[in-house]
Amino acid sequence: MIRLEVRSTPSRLASALSPLAALLFTVAVAGLIFWALGKDPVRGLKVFLWEPLHGTRGLTELGLKATPLTLCALGLTVCFRSNVWNIGAEGQYLMGAIGGGGLALWFTNAGLDVGRWGFFPLLLLAGALAGAAWAAVVALLRDRFNASEILVSLMLVYVANLFLTWLVFGPWKDPKGFNFPQTTSFAAFTEVPRLVPGMRLHLGYPVALLLAVAVWVFMFRTHRGLQLQVGGPAPLAARYAGFSARAALWMVLLGSGALAGVAGAFEAAGPMGQLTPHVSMGYGFTAIIVAFVGRLHPLGAVLSSLLLAVFVIGGELAQSRIGLPAALSGIFQGVLLFSLLACDTLINHRVRWGGSRGR
Amino acid sequence: MKIRSLLSTILAAVAALGLAACSEEKKPAAAPAAAPAPAKPEPLKIGFVYVGPVGDAGWTFAHDLGRKAIEARFGDRIKTTYVEKVPEGPDAERVIRDLVAQGNKLVFATSFGFGDSMAKVAKDHPDVFFEHATGFKTAPNLRVYEGRFYEDAYLAGVMAGLMTKTNTLGFVASFPIPEVLRNINAYTLGAQSVNPKVKTKVVWVSAWFDPPKETEAAMSLIDQGADVLLQNTDSTAVLQAAEKRGKYAFGWDSDMSAVAPKAHLGSCVLNWGVYYEKAVGEVLAKTWKTEETKWGIKEGVNDFVKIPEFVPAEVKKKVEEAKAFLVANPGAVFRGPITDNTGKVVLQKDQVADDKWKGEVNFYVKGVEGKVPSGK
Repeated sequence: MIRLEVRSTPSRLASALSPLAALLFTVAVAGLIFWALGKDPVRGLKVFLWEPLHGTRGLTELGLKATPLTLCALGLTVCFRSNVWNIGAEGQYLMGAIGGGGLALWFTNAGLDVGRWGFFPLLLLAGALAGAAWAAVVALLRDRFNASEILVSLMLVYVANLFLTWLVFGPWKDPKGFNFPQTTSFAAFTEVPRLVPGMRLHLGYPVALLLAVAVWVFMFRTHRGLQLQVGGPAPLAARYAGFSARAALWMVLLGSGALAGVAGAFEAAGPMGQLTPHVSMGYGFTAIIVAFVGRLHPLGAVLSSLLLAVFVIGGELAQSRIGLPAALSGIFQGVLLFSLLACDTLINHRVRWGGSRGR
Repeated sequence: MKIRSLLSTILAAVAALGLAACSEEKKPAAAPAAAPAPAKPEPLKIGFVYVGPVGDAGWTFAHDLGRKAIEARFGDRIKTTYVEKVPEGPDAERVIRDLVAQGNKLVFATSFGFGDSMAKVAKDHPDVFFEHATGFKTAPNLRVYEGRFYEDAYLAGVMAGLMTKTNTLGFVASFPIPEVLRNINAYTLGAQSVNPKVKTKVVWVSAWFDPPKETEAAMSLIDQGADVLLQNTDSTAVLQAAEKRGKYAFGWDSDMSAVAPKAHLGSCVLNWGVYYEKAVGEVLAKTWKTEETKWGIKEGVNDFVKIPEFVPAEVKKKVEEAKAFLVANPGAVFRGPITDNTGKVVLQKDQVADDKWKGEVNFYVKGVEGKVPSGK
């Protein structure tokens, strides 16, 4: 029989290998599912995992898809490491989209052409402020009233969603849009500058990568970052060392809110170019998976957001190429997370064969 | 120092990927040219972009029936592909571009929210024909098509007006856009044409497909006295709720008679195949040109079917009469005088609504209770 035995110290090797093992397991399950659906598993896997990386269009679309995921996941990484459970990145993302999109709409209507490079920093700022403001509500309620940040941040997602719906059905509705729920299309100068001619990848992705490096430096190379990481899992020790838990709470929530908000602003003024009720594809929620698959590490978040982007795009391609059902992307995401959690058992445990067999 | 080396590694990796991408990009283009010329013409490749899962009932299911209809009709002269559950937003553009890159020369996108993506891709591919359901943006190679769904809603209303005992109808509505408001109004006008005392209550669920919310909305309408329900949402939840509570309801978008044998008074069905056959035929015959198509009961795109046995014969007759009238007078559901529920005349006596009027509906007609959400 197989038996689990607690390790004296967590295994670094297992921690590093766990995501890879989980990915391999997911791929194996994927192959089995393809086979069970009567498709060639090799071709299925190729379409699902390799096709999205194919060609300039494939790679740029991957970066485009990964941009909001990376930004949201970076903020969550810091939060979760500090033991602050912000589940509402989706809401902060939506508020960022409203902030950034609202600014673009305002400049469009006022005819204030400041140029793409002039507008970009303003957009960044608007998104960050709007996202941070939304997260500040969570911080305030937690700080003053000790309200659970999990519930508050999650419920604020619905509030943000309804606020967006109200705006596009009401005051921000395009007067020439036949009463349909959408704003006017933003002026061209509000668009996030694109990187490759003819492709939709925009400046947001390099910004996200730079922010990932910045978050890494902050977390692992500054005193503040250390405080957060100590304060999270061991609040008493942190207090003994004179670290303020309140400051940490505010800092990580505002920071992750700002990052999610920037993601929303980029999406609204990037590939969308207007606000509709469909600004988000659940990026804020998917980012939770991204953060965990990325080992709560900023650079891991960069890689795992690419992986999940591959799943989403691969899922679409698998439909149009070999007629597989759309539900597969979700299934693979779920299998990946489950197998990751299962593999993580091996970080603190080791497997023993035999032992209690004689029963 | 560590950061710098890390950065340079990332940059190098990105550059390598980019180069690999560039070199690969050229290969697929060369491949088809090398293939030997086929004996008979290549089939016309047709792509469908669906907003929901195909499932076994509802909007997307109806479109997929249309896809199967053209496959049956044109056989190996065409080859169809579909992508389901495509979110309305930036993702749609990628899906549409990819369908075009796969060689599809005719693309159908079946939800309003795909309009901007369709317009963007259509601009870049003048040699591909684009068809957008329920949209309003057209281009030389992009056209829109729609059913006159409100004709079905009107017939359901006639049936409801005759079958209600409480003189209170219920409507489970998705979003307050003109299409949905037209259906609520048509349902009410249909009922009032046979029963002037009818009132309609509306509950908005802010979703096209959300069975739990639809159920909740249906229950709350029944609690408020509504005994015949119609919905503009996509699941069978409203019918099931009515069945459970012993009330009446209708199928919407596809035949839902099997779901609720006691509650089902008829289904408002869509037969997109009729239009898809026209579109494919035109592309094959090279006569495709941009236009706006709004077909209804007369042309066969939508219909009100499966009236059950237990409905009294005179009720059935009234519904058939109304249907015959709509076949003779397509779209004539909205005839003046029509007043909104604040008493304002919105359509003068003897006038028939034109497309512009129908496209800008943002009010409830007299008899519908409440206020259009944020309609101003």
